Amino acid sequence: MNEQKPKLKLAIYWAAACGGCCVSVLDVHEKLFDVVAAADLVFWPIALDFKYKDVEEMPDGHIDVTLFNGAIRNSENEYMAKLLRKKTKILVAYGSCSHLGGIPGLANFFTGEEIFKRVYEESESTINPEKIRPQHKYEVPEGTLEIPVFFNDVRPLNKVVDVDYYLPGCPPQTERLLEVFLAIVTGAELPPKGSVVGAGTKAQCDECTRKKTENKLIRKFYRPWEINDDGESCFMEQGVLCMGPATRSGCGYRCIKGNAPCRGCYGPTADVTDPGTKMMSAIASIIDTKEPDELEKIISDVVDPAGTFYRFSLPSAIIRRKLL
Amino acid sequence: MKFKPQIIAFLCNWCSYTGADLAGTARLKYKPNVRAIRVMCSGRIDPTFVLRAFRRGADGVLLCGCHPGDCHYQEGNYRCMRRYHLLQKYIQQMGIETERLKLEWISASEGKQYAELIDSFTETITELGPCKIKETMENLT
Ligand code: SF4
Ligand code: SF4
Ligand code: FES
Repeated sequence: MNEQKPKLKLAIYWAAACGGCCVSVLDVHEKLFDVVAAADLVFWPIALDFKYKDVEEMPDGHIDVTLFNGAIRNSENEYMAKLLRKKTKILVAYGSCSHLGGIPGLANFFTGEEIFKRVYEESESTINPEKIRPQHKYEVPEGTLEIPVFFNDVRPLNKVVDVDYYLPGCPPQTERLLEVFLAIVTGAELPPKGSVVGAGTKAQCDECTRKKTENKLIRKFYRPWEINDDGESCFMEQGVLCMGPATRSGCGYRCIKGNAPCRGCYGPTADVTDPGTKMMSAIASIIDTKEPDELEKIISDVVDPAGTFYRFSLPSAIIRRKLL
Repeated sequence: MKFKPQIIAFLCNWCSYTGADLAGTARLKYKPNVRAIRVMCSGRIDPTFVLRAFRRGADGVLLCGCHPGDCHYQEGNYRCMRRYHLLQKYIQQMGIETERLKLEWISASEGKQYAELIDSFTETITELGPCKIKETMENLT
């Protein structure tokens, strides 16, 4: 029998996530057999019955690669991030939430208190006259029950622990994951620590095949459902906000191919510090007016700049949360 | 202790910075709270500069360029104006008072107007008090 190379030890964990990232891993379909042939899954809460205790008992650096998805929004997320960092050689921030804060990061428009009030008192489907809230600690005859502490601020993984690589996307394209995984398994030379992997370096606009006109200017912005997209010309030139100019390529501009503007899930390109400021500049350069009043009217159609520009990246933005 | 606002002003080289210079050579007295940063054109003021200024503790940010039609690069000040309007909308959403960001046109001969602008803007910011975005971001968990 051939001498077997020791199998890679792989872990996948979800923190503040929707579960889509874990599903994107399952989307490798029958290739999962190749993955399992090359790697032992030592921890993966969505699919396998390992406990936190099992991870705690592993020696440090025991896991070769952890794909960490989800943002850090409570003390359990933070504990697991630190624990997995200690037990893992290569820690990958997998998906937008872990990379930049993602959709859960939109909670940074509020405080923990505001969120609890909405959820446990005000939401249309809530009846809670005694205003009962979850308590961090609760005494019962059997002892003390504890649930995680809910933080005010949502953070991406790199604000909590050291991260080796970032694999962007909401969720990442499964093909990109396979490429990265294959590179690790075959022992190919890995890019420098801190790199974004499984994505391009240019902007979506550089790959997108929609028709662009030189110096096209516009006088009105529309929400996507307000116009009949011609299916061919650049969204921005039709007055529909598209995050393409500020977003890293790598997904194969899949939303645009589906006739929807890019929402920015791959995060900013390498030379963009902040997706929002890049978009403000991009928008400023296509508006066709010099009159302040008209300008104000045109910009009033950019309904929610903060939520649009930072849909996936608020906790990593220059201003990473709303002022209280 | 009395609050001493920190204000960052981005001034275009050709008009506004020259105007500020004139205020100096004319020995006009105005409030000392402004740190001026010279840029070649107001169109060079990347929104990143403005947000970074707030992030690092500025209480107010002032953008100054040539009057409409006078930009030495034709369109720079219009570009600046459009960015400014977007920035206003954005900072409001982030809970930063829109009064903390101001755009004014100052020509090379308007030393006096520059001095008055600095005084009135400093006053506005002093009344608003410190901008808390830096503190919030550093201390909130
Ligand atoms: S703005 Fe959007 S539609 Fe236009 S070129 Fe860029 S990615 Fe394509
Ligand atoms: S087109 Fe934009 S929003 Fe859609 S998957 Fe690609 S990066 Fe994400
Ligand atoms: S040169 Fe003064 S605004 Fe452009």
